[in-house]
Amino acid sequence: MSDEKISQAERDEAADFAERAKAGAAAGLEAPGAPPEAHTLFDVQEMELNFGPQHPSTHGVLRLVLRVDGEKILEAKPDMGYLHRGTEKLFETETYPMGIPHTDRMDYVAAATNNHAFCLAVEKLLGVEIPRRAQLIRVILDELQRLSSHLVWLGTSGIDLGAVTPFWYAFREREQILDFFEEYCGARLTLNCMRIGGLPFDLTPGWTERVSEFISDLPTRIDDYEQLLTDNRIWKKRTVGIGVISAEECVEWGLTGPILRGSGLEWDLRRAQPYECYDELDFVVPTRQNGDTYDRYIVRVQEMRQSARIIRQCLERLEAGEIRGKVPRVIKPPADEVYASIESPKGELGFYCVSNGSNKPYRMHVRPPSFINLQALPRLAKGHLVSDLVALIGTIDIVLGEVDR
Amino acid sequence: MTLPAEFWTYLKVVLLVATVPAIVGFVIVLAERRIMGFMQARLGPNRVGPEGTLQGLADLLKLVTKEDITPARAEKAVHFLAPVLAVIPALTALAVIPFGPPVRIGKTLVPLWVADVNIGLLFLLALTSIGVYGIILGGWSSNNKYSLLGGLRSAAQLVSYEVPMGLALVSILLMTRSLSLVEIVRRQESTHLWFVFPGLVAFFIYFVSGVAETNRNPFDLPEAESELVSGFNTEYSGVKFAFFFLGEYTGMIIISCVAVTVFLGGWLPPFPNVKALEFLWQVPPVLWFFAKVGAFLFAYIWFRSTFPRYRFDQLMALGWKWLIPMALANILIVAFAILLFPGRTTGLVWLAWIFGGLFVAMFFLAKLRQKLTRRERLAAEPHPVEV
Repeated sequence: MSDEKISQAERDEAADFAERAKAGAAAGLEAPGAPPEAHTLFDVQEMELNFGPQHPSTHGVLRLVLRVDGEKILEAKPDMGYLHRGTEKLFETETYPMGIPHTDRMDYVAAATNNHAFCLAVEKLLGVEIPRRAQLIRVILDELQRLSSHLVWLGTSGIDLGAVTPFWYAFREREQILDFFEEYCGARLTLNCMRIGGLPFDLTPGWTERVSEFISDLPTRIDDYEQLLTDNRIWKKRTVGIGVISAEECVEWGLTGPILRGSGLEWDLRRAQPYECYDELDFVVPTRQNGDTYDRYIVRVQEMRQSARIIRQCLERLEAGEIRGKVPRVIKPPADEVYASIESPKGELGFYCVSNGSNKPYRMHVRPPSFINLQALPRLAKGHLVSDLVALIGTIDIVLGEVDR
Repeated sequence: MTLPAEFWTYLKVVLLVATVPAIVGFVIVLAERRIMGFMQARLGPNRVGPEGTLQGLADLLKLVTKEDITPARAEKAVHFLAPVLAVIPALTALAVIPFGPPVRIGKTLVPLWVADVNIGLLFLLALTSIGVYGIILGGWSSNNKYSLLGGLRSAAQLVSYEVPMGLALVSILLMTRSLSLVEIVRRQESTHLWFVFPGLVAFFIYFVSGVAETNRNPFDLPEAESELVSGFNTEYSGVKFAFFFLGEYTGMIIISCVAVTVFLGGWLPPFPNVKALEFLWQVPPVLWFFAKVGAFLFAYIWFRSTFPRYRFDQLMALGWKWLIPMALANILIVAFAILLFPGRTTGLVWLAWIFGGLFVAMFFLAKLRQKLTRRERLAAEPHPVEV
């Protein structure tokens, strides 16, 4: 670079600085300090790094403002809202059944569980009884959705750490699950597959056989992923001891889902506050003790195996029957407020619904697990390297549609 | 008609140095994508030409016709020079690689190398480390924070892996007493001993460092797409990007060629002293050379689809805490083995058996350990897990 150009760059910077100072003064702000002077060799010079929103590893449009010393993270500030669509406000403007499709767009990787939580809240308001067949099918859909969500997580968090192959394996299986959803309700991603009081459709003939075939094949597929990752030394190096958080801290931050269970607390709403027919199903809530990225990985992989077990049990119990409860044609719940929550793949997904007796909710508040789990990211990332940040975003398993709503 | 002596040199420059990386480059780019596709349960590119064979050409055309962008605040001159610096040393290094023994064309005996420099190995080491400057400078001159981090990582990688690589080759020099690559192959021919056997440790160190030096998985930190968004080459497009690409793949070819020449007997067929395998000599030596190089390139691709990426500090730790001490100890051991039986290869043969035994033992120990940790992990898992 020639001298002339250096001075040009400096002039630009100085002009830029003066402009900002003027704007700050006009806004009644304190003038920012003098620009940093040239540093000597051993001075630590911090750098501000914009991580996202267009970054392949933020799993959407999350932006992180990092203060880094070399590659070490001194501070990570999440900045969200790029995908905000005002979903909670939208609920208030539309009737109860019309709210269900909006929930699809929250956690778009796990639409069925969103539908489910929304319906549960309204059903609680109405006091409807759900027929047994509908309950079982709902659980099957939920667990298939959990599988597909965990598969997406497995693939993407693997790719974040440079392990490319598990991604393709995981998406191969996810594709099959999406095919099942497509066969059931016509949609693959934004399912809209539950209704207040039950389900929109009954199962198509042969669906249960195909699902059970897939389920019996699944453990060997999961073995394949584990073969590539679980005992892989590099994978362990990248995940063991990264982003450690204790169970107490998890509770203080309100973290739920695999993060909480990875820290040793056996808290799963399917077991702790059973909804639908989870209380009669036999499954284990996997937990691990260390609360690091590796343990959260193990917990999720084991959850996939347990999901397969749950689906198998539900398929065995399926009997012919009604798929919708006795729901009035126009849904006008009595004035009341309820909170209903389920264990979504990411954690506790709750809907707090206030009704004023009309056919639209007066207020619908969502407790999104991704949003609340994301809060812990600055705490987890502090002191780690930029490479670990990528692992941490993966391990929290955020979906920006749900974070921003 | 007699051709001037320079004619063959120029022809070889054109054919070996300029064409080999281009052709081999096309082949590996396609092979990489197809093989990775196969490993990852998908197809890979199969649209351009029969079975996707023209994919490389299509990629090249795309890159050449793309707009060449230089960021407004980049260091223009350095930004321009960096890709050149990445590719020229890599191509130059090919000049000393012996692809095969001299062949008789008409009345002249034409050696299949451009130059048999008597400092061949040093020349190679020097050139491959210059190539890294292209990456460092490219990262720095882009005036992009991610590129800068990528460039810095590359610098750290260079410092940590150039040393063990050189030290690994030193132990081979003790065996050959020559830096000339042609001489190294001839020596393996005369002793009937590929240096990979007595130099098993050196080979291992060399190859690990080689993968790190070429910035390939699991050491692809300067690029690290998921962390640094392509790192040093984020701000490069068009032909300049193609140059970095070519530099990387030529680097892979060089590392493989050197590994084959120094450790795997270059153009020699395997087991030269076994009578039953004499028919292997019927295969042209050049084919042996390229087959061996191909095996290495396959290993590169295999690594890429198997391993996650190391972290920056772990990579440095591996280099400094493991590879360098190992390489130093290896030099001592090899030196002793040579001094015990001066003038004969007995010591080296002993060394080959010891190293071989050690590696087999370590392999089984590692398997056992893997089994034990797996059993331990499974015992801690909730039961029942069967469906």
